[in-house]
Amino acid sequence: MSTIPIFADENWKLPSRGRVGILSLIIGESAIFTIFVVAYVYYIGRSSYGPTPRILDVPYFNTVCLLSSSLTIWLAEHAIERGKIRTFGLWWAATLLLGAIFLVGTAVEWSRLIVVEGLTIRTNLFGTTFYSLVGLHATHVVVGLVGLSIVMLFTLFGRIEQRHAERIQVLGLYWHFVDAVWVVVFTVVYIVGR
Amino acid sequence: MADQTYPIPGTLDRTPSGGATVLEWLHSWVVTVDHKKLGILYILYALCFLLVAGAEAMAMRIQLAVPNNHFLSPELFNEFFTMHGTTMVFLVGMTIIFGIGNYLVPLMIGARDMAFPRLNAFSFWLSAFGGLFLYFSFIGGFGLYGMGNAPDVTWWAYAPLTAKAFTPGHNTDYWALSLIVMGFGTLGAAINILATAFSMRCRGMTLFRMPLFVWLMVVTSGLTLITITPLTAAQVMLVIDRYLGGHFFDAQAGGAPIVWMHFFWIFGHPEVYVLILPAFGIASEVIPVFSRKAIFGYPAMVAASIGIAFVSTTVWAHHMFTVGMTSVGNTFFALSTMMVGIPTGIKIFNWIATMWGGKIRFATPMLFCTAFLFQFLCAGLTGIMLAVAPWDWQLHNSYFVIAHFHYTLTGSFLFCMFAAFYYWYPKVTGSMLSEKLGKWHFWLFFIGFHLTFDTMHFVGMLGMPRSIYTYQADRGWNTLNFWISMGGMIQAIAVLIFAWNLIRSYRYGKVAGNDPWDAWTLEWSTPSPPPAYNFAEDPVVRSRRPLWDIKHPNDPDWKYER
Repeated sequence: MSTIPIFADENWKLPSRGRVGILSLIIGESAIFTIFVVAYVYYIGRSSYGPTPRILDVPYFNTVCLLSSSLTIWLAEHAIERGKIRTFGLWWAATLLLGAIFLVGTAVEWSRLIVVEGLTIRTNLFGTTFYSLVGLHATHVVVGLVGLSIVMLFTLFGRIEQRHAERIQVLGLYWHFVDAVWVVVFTVVYIVGR
Repeated sequence: MADQTYPIPGTLDRTPSGGATVLEWLHSWVVTVDHKKLGILYILYALCFLLVAGAEAMAMRIQLAVPNNHFLSPELFNEFFTMHGTTMVFLVGMTIIFGIGNYLVPLMIGARDMAFPRLNAFSFWLSAFGGLFLYFSFIGGFGLYGMGNAPDVTWWAYAPLTAKAFTPGHNTDYWALSLIVMGFGTLGAAINILATAFSMRCRGMTLFRMPLFVWLMVVTSGLTLITITPLTAAQVMLVIDRYLGGHFFDAQAGGAPIVWMHFFWIFGHPEVYVLILPAFGIASEVIPVFSRKAIFGYPAMVAASIGIAFVSTTVWAHHMFTVGMTSVGNTFFALSTMMVGIPTGIKIFNWIATMWGGKIRFATPMLFCTAFLFQFLCAGLTGIMLAVAPWDWQLHNSYFVIAHFHYTLTGSFLFCMFAAFYYWYPKVTGSMLSEKLGKWHFWLFFIGFHLTFDTMHFVGMLGMPRSIYTYQADRGWNTLNFWISMGGMIQAIAVLIFAWNLIRSYRYGKVAGNDPWDAWTLEWSTPSPPPAYNFAEDPVVRSRRPLWDIKHPNDPDWKYER
C-alpha cells in the first residue's frame, strides 16, 4: 500500500464509534417503543370488560424526578469533561437517586393497582397494554440504573478520570433517551389515554 | 497468567498439525473476536442451515409432486413449511449477509477490525444459539402430535392461531423465543456495521469513496434497526399473551388479530429489502470488475439504495389487501409499493449501463450476477402485478405469490450470494473455486430455478393455494407440480455440486494470489487469506478505486473524481 501517494489530510476525523453505536441502539429501541405505543393507543377504550384507565393516578412526582435526572446527568457529564471528579460523583449520585425514586414510585403505583384495584396483566386488555408499555419503560430504567451504578462504583473506587468523559457521555445519551421515552409514555398513558 | 500456554485468538494457523493443537484451534474459533473468523462462522452456519432448509423444501416438493401423496403427514408438512420459511429468512438470509458484511466491511474500508469486536462475537453467538434453539424444537419436549414440537403456524404466524387455545404445547413458544434471541443478535450486528462504517474508515476513505457494498451494508443495517425491532416487540407481545395470559391479540377481550398482521408485516416487508440490499451491493462490486468499467452512476446508486430503504418502510400492508382495509388504505399501499419500482429501476439501469460497452468476462460470479439482473427484473414486474389490489385479491396466498417472492429471494438474493462465494472465496481461503464445477453449478441451478419457479406462476394462476399438503387429481395441477418438483431436484443437485466445490477447492483449488480478478477495492490489496491484522500499514485512499490508482499511476481515478 505504500505506493499510494500520501496526501495532506490532517483533518481526518471520524465520529466516535461509541456515539454512533449508542445512537443506532436508540433508533432501534425507538422502533420497539413505537410498536408498544401504537398498540396502546390503538387499544385505548377497546377493553371489553374490567377496569379502565380512570383508575390511574397521574405520577407527577415520579415524572419530575425522572426528568430532572436528565439535568443532573448533564451536569455530571459537564463536570467530568472539565476533570472535576468530585462534582461529577455528586451529580452522578443524584442521578442515580432520582432514577431509583422513579422506580420505587412505579413499584408503589403498581402495587396499588394490583392490590387495591385488582388490575393485573391478565385482567383485561387495558391491563395487558398498560403493564407492558410502562413495564417496558421501567425495564429500560432498570438497565440504565445498572449502568449508572457500575459507573458509580468505579467513581467510589477512584477509577474514573477525565479521559472517560466520552464513554460516560455515551451512557448519558442512553439515559436521556430513557427520559425522553418517558415523556411519550406519560403523555400517552396518563394524559391522552385517561 | 501464563500467557505462553494460552492461545491468542486469531494468531493460530488454520491447519492444525497434532492432536493437542486441534483443541487449541477449536478454542481459537470459539473465543475469537476477529471479524474475519466471525464472518466465516456466520457463513458456515448459514450454509449448514441452507442445506437443512433446502432439504425441507425438497421433502415438501416430493410430497406435492403427485396428487394425493402420503410422503409427509399434514402435521409434518405444516412444520416443514414453517421451518423452511423461518430458517431461510432468519438463519440463512440474515446470517449470510451479516457474515459477508462482517468479513468484507472492515477490509473494504481499510480498518483493522469492526468497531466493537466483542459485541460482534456476542451477536454471532446469540444468532447461533437462537437458531439451534429453534431446531431443538424438533427433538425437544413432547408435542401434541407426538413428533417433536416444531413450530407449525407458518412463518408469519397470524393471530389468533398462535393463541394458547388454538396452539397448545410449546411449538409457537420455540418460534417466538428463538426469534427474539436472534433479533437481538441481528440488532447487535447492525449497530456494529454502522459504527464500523462511520467511525473506522481509513484515511481518505470519505463516505462517497466507500465501495458500494459497504454503502449497501450501511443502508441494510440502518433498515435492520427499525425493522427487526418491531418484530421483537410483536414477539414480546405474543409471549406475554401466551405465558402471562395477556390479551394483545385476543379478540374476546377486545384485542385485534389484525394488529399482529400489521406489526408482523411492518417487520416483514422491509425485511425483504434488508436481505436484497446487500445482494445489490454484491452485484455492484462484481459487475464492474467483470465488465472492466467503473460502476455507472455511483451517487445515483447510493441515493437509490437509501430511497429503497425509505419507501420500503411504507409498503407493508400490501400483504393484507384481502384482509379488508379501506379503499384509501388499499390505494396508498398499492401506490407506495409501485414506487419501489423507481429506485430499483435506477439500479437495474445503472448495472446495465456498467456492462454496456464493457469488456465482459463471463466467469462464474458474473454469470450469477447477469442471471440476477434478468430474474430480479421479472421479480419486480410480478411484484408490481401483485401491488395492484384487485389482482392481489385474485391471487393472494396462491402459488403465484410463492413464485414471486422466490424470484426475489432465490432468483435474486441467492444468485448474488453464489456470485459472492465465487468472487470472494479466493480471498477468504487463498484458493480459487473450480470454474468447471462452478459452471455446472450455475447452469443446473439456473435451469432448475426456472423450471420450478416459472411453472409455479402458472399453477398459482390456476388457483393452487399455498400451504396445502396435498391436492385432488382432477384440479389440472398435476403435470405442472411434477415439473416444479423436478426443477427442485435439479436445484438440489446444483447446490450439492456447489458444496462439493467449496470443500474440494479448499484443498485442491488453484492458488489465488492477492488479486485474482484484477479488482479495485482494498480487500484485494491484502494477502489471501488476509492476516489477522488485515493491513500491514494503514492504507490511504484517494478515489473509489484505490487499487486502480496503484495499478495505473499515470491515469488514476482521483484525477476525475471530485
